[in-house]
Amino acid sequence: MKAKQKLIVIGNGMAGIRTVEEVLKRSPEAYEITVFGAEPHCNYNRILLSPVLAGEKTLKDIVLNDDDWYWKNGITLHKGKTIVAIDRRRRLVRTEDGLETPYDRLLLATGSNPVIIPFPGKDLPGVIGFRDVKDVDRMVDAAEKYRHAVVIGGGLLGLEAANGLRKRGMEVTVVHILDSLMERQLDKPASALLKRALEQDGLRFMMEAQTEALLGEDRVRAVRFKDGNEIPADLVVMAVGIRPNIELAKAAGLHCERGIVVNDTMQTYDPRIYAVGECVQHRGQLFGLVAPLFEQAKVCADHLVEFGIARYQGSVTSTKLKVTGIDLFSAGDFQGGEGYEELCYQDPARSVYKKLTVRENRVRGAVLYGDTGDGAWYFQLMREGTDISAFRESILFGQAHLGDSGHGDQNRASLLPDDAEVCGCNGVCKKTIVDAIVQQKLFTLEDVRAHTKASASCGSCTGLVEQLLHSTLGSDYSVTPAKKPLCKCTERTHEEVRAAIRREGLKSIPAVMQFMEWGTVDGCASCRPALNYYLLCEWPAEYRDDAQSRFINERAHANIQKDGTYSVVPRMWGGVTTPAELRAIAEVAEKYRVPTVKVTGGQRIDLLGVKKDDLPRMWADLNAAGFVSGHAYGKALRTVKTCVGQEWCRFGTQDSTRMGIDLEKMTWGSWTPHKFKMAVSGCPRNCAEATIKDFGVVAVDSGWELHVGGNGGVKVRATDFLCKVETEEQVKEYCGAFMQLYREEARYLERTAPWIERVGLPYVKQRIVDDAAGRQTLFQRFMESQVTAQVDPWAERARGAERNEFQPIRIDRKGLAA
Amino acid sequence: MSDWIEVGLLADIPRQGARVLQSPRGPIAVFRTVEDEVFAVLDRCPHKGGPLSQGIVHDRKVACPLHNWVIDLAAGEAVAPDHGCVNRFPVRLDADRVFLQLAEV
Ligand code: SRM
Ligand SMILES: Cc1cc2nc3c(=O)[nH]c(=O)nc-3n(C[C@H](O)[C@H](O)[C@H](O)COP(=O)(O)OP(=O)(O)OC[C@H]3O[C@@H](n4cnc5c(N)ncnc54)[C@H](O)[C@@H]3O)c2cc1C
Ligand code: SF4
Ligand code: FES
Repeated sequence: MKAKQKLIVIGNGMAGIRTVEEVLKRSPEAYEITVFGAEPHCNYNRILLSPVLAGEKTLKDIVLNDDDWYWKNGITLHKGKTIVAIDRRRRLVRTEDGLETPYDRLLLATGSNPVIIPFPGKDLPGVIGFRDVKDVDRMVDAAEKYRHAVVIGGGLLGLEAANGLRKRGMEVTVVHILDSLMERQLDKPASALLKRALEQDGLRFMMEAQTEALLGEDRVRAVRFKDGNEIPADLVVMAVGIRPNIELAKAAGLHCERGIVVNDTMQTYDPRIYAVGECVQHRGQLFGLVAPLFEQAKVCADHLVEFGIARYQGSVTSTKLKVTGIDLFSAGDFQGGEGYEELCYQDPARSVYKKLTVRENRVRGAVLYGDTGDGAWYFQLMREGTDISAFRESILFGQAHLGDSGHGDQNRASLLPDDAEVCGCNGVCKKTIVDAIVQQKLFTLEDVRAHTKASASCGSCTGLVEQLLHSTLGSDYSVTPAKKPLCKCTERTHEEVRAAIRREGLKSIPAVMQFMEWGTVDGCASCRPALNYYLLCEWPAEYRDDAQSRFINERAHANIQKDGTYSVVPRMWGGVTTPAELRAIAEVAEKYRVPTVKVTGGQRIDLLGVKKDDLPRMWADLNAAGFVSGHAYGKALRTVKTCVGQEWCRFGTQDSTRMGIDLEKMTWGSWTPHKFKMAVSGCPRNCAEATIKDFGVVAVDSGWELHVGGNGGVKVRATDFLCKVETEEQVKEYCGAFMQLYREEARYLERTAPWIERVGLPYVKQRIVDDAAGRQTLFQRFMESQVTAQVDPWAERARGAERNEFQPIRIDRKGLAA
Repeated sequence: MSDWIEVGLLADIPRQGARVLQSPRGPIAVFRTVEDEVFAVLDRCPHKGGPLSQGIVHDRKVACPLHNWVIDLAAGEAVAPDHGCVNRFPVRLDADRVFLQLAEV
């Protein structure tokens, strides 16, 4: 056994400890960890110092990692110990009091210091910054003894300080050098609304005021301005910015500019030394919010434990002001300008203001004042670059306006009673979520999902859960990373993985994992099915399906039920059957004592409650009667619903039943990213409900209308109209091409509805309608992959394939039973 | 101490998969990991009794097919944040033959 490597962390703050947590998550045994922190506290949530100052929370409430945590994880913590030197040659660090400790890897997370402008009088007692517990203590103390406070700086931090001091009973004046508050986050109209609201709360403002000196003898007494004016001040808080804390790094000869310069792996100039947090400078940029620091922490941890795959590429951030009663949200390029369009909504009576900047039909920035419920949604649209043309006219009214029952009114979350059910899938109520966030110190949607299961299933309550995170934590750091990894085993996205499979000619799951440096031995239950699908889709003729990487339903070709039995749904082409078929089903149902026979919502018959070892024999009987698997269990083509159409119906314009059967015969057996459903209606009365299917066909006198991207289920979405075609051959070609485009480009487990919302209908139209040659190639690829796909899995197994899957081993007390 | 009984060949269990043993103790799931380690647990998920043998096996873990709890087979426990234990049975490999004891650990 080799001795454990030593990791030293300088800075017991948010970025440093988050990195340690990420390291432990990946590899708890990798390092012997020692942390030095200048502050005499455990790691606490610095963001929440504002509510502590305002008296809404106590120091105890905001501790993130208590002594016990360090102890349990075997971490040595030196509280109240400042590191004064790094000796890179001897690889050790030295504290003020001379203690030397050696390291193999060093992590700098020294944060930043408040900028103190060198006015005369800046060193007087009573002049402070707003950064740590000590500063809050001093402010609270001053509020008890004195009356007049002046906050220099009208940014986020300054306003939070001013609000807190006001709440503590002081008379507060905010001095700002520019003519509008929070100019980095707000445009002028929003800024004006904010100022008015804060004035109503009793704050005073001096705008465009230039401070000249701080006056006083043994304590600050007044502030003097360039124009000669003076105002009384017993306490001056400077909140004019922060400066990365880089002295230590500089003295050690590490390359620094404004911050400690790091590369995309968070490594400094010395390969043994990493840095994260506000002390770093990455691609020329400095940081002042926690969301990017948490992303850096992940990347850094990956490299510290030598997974070595992640790259930090910068972050998109959003901000909120944590002043109770004031709702404000800002993100992105909210100022707009050349090439941007601005969408605005103003309701002066309610003090609501919303502005979105839009470019090429994508949200690029947002400022919300008064009603920020949809902030998370706009932010998501912005990060994912979603095409908004479909709902542009109503976007300012919010997501609730789109009629998505699951997301509901975002403001509702905070108003909900404690026992209101937030997640219908997992039966999780509001209190459970809020308690988990508070007690388990959860930060992100992912955390909440893992601990409470809320929003872990269908995800339609995601908006509400995010809202609860926001209202409970009072800040914006729950943002999920811009780049969404395929699963926890990798940092790679679905798109990156697919591109590599194609480019590198990877042909097996282990090959993909090895090439893309997976972080786990053999993946997990999320990535293996995805990889199996991607490989199958890319190499239809060559790839050998990996049964062990399929969810049980697809492995056993039947749906598992809550009691461990299975259900069997044979195909009933286009929903049409015959007396002979029905008789055969009846016989099978009796022979295998099927407890429930049910007509499904997909126009066929479900035999529920079948024992697994009976499946192959039952399939053999069904095969003999002409049935094949209905794939009711698969991420695959499901049903093609039809109506009676021209043949019988007095309104029918075309033979919709025939069309449906033809489509089902053409597409059955194909595997898709998620299930794929179709329907064909004989006239616009649309009895087959074609307009909530993945691919819907509606017959009209002059031909066939094609509709795509519909969804019943959790979040109902009506289809988008794709185009109209004239012949049956065209319907098939467009159908196959559309399916193939979806198969090749959607992410695994993404249905056509969210996929189209993500890539935009215009894109799909361009590929399927405008580009005729492209459509034909897609169709051709679809038909080629069908050659190997259209093998009835039931028939294969009825003949004995995968026998072990269906046969239990019987033993008695002595061994194998006969 | 009960005796070791032979339950078949390693090759009878799919790698990254499982077989169900119908035993006097009820259904037992016998797993084989990607590295050919073998584990046996009672085929009942601590959550709502789902058949663990039907789950996706990865590393030394299995994801229950019903609601996706992940069970660590070596520890015999659900992976955090879920809580619960499974009954494990001792297993032993002798060359390519798999032996099991019906007493639980
Ligand atoms: C059997 C059936 C209900 C019935 O008795 O009618 C059914 C049963 C199940 N549905 Fe369904 N759905 C059935 C028609 C539908 C329909 C209606 C339709 O297809 O016209 C819908 C809404 C339409 C749609 O999908 O857009 C529907 C939307 C869902 C959803 C939500 C999908 C979504 O995108 O929001 C799920 C959950 C999922 O897939 O993750 C689901 C999942 C399920 C599962 C597979 C749940 C599960 O994982 O065990 C159920 C399997 C039961 C079984 O063992 O057979 N089922 N399900 C229907 C089978 C149709 C068939 O012949 O294949
Ligand atoms: C009042 C306030 C409100 C905020 N609100 C928000 C918000 O709403 N949203 C948001 O995203 N961000 C907010 N922030 C910013 C956020 O807190 C910081 O981005 C984050 O804490 C930075 O983390 P860090 O680890 O880089 O630095 P820190 O958390 O400051 O940690 C650095 C630690 O290193 C220690 N240290 C420094 N040098 C040494 C040394 N030589 N030896 C030993 N220890 C040393 C320091 O004492 C400090 O404890 C707020 C900040 C403040 C002060
Ligand atoms: S709606 Fe569908 S998923 Fe829900 S209980 Fe019914 S069959 Fe099951
Ligand atoms: S029964 Fe296993 S996760 Fe629910």
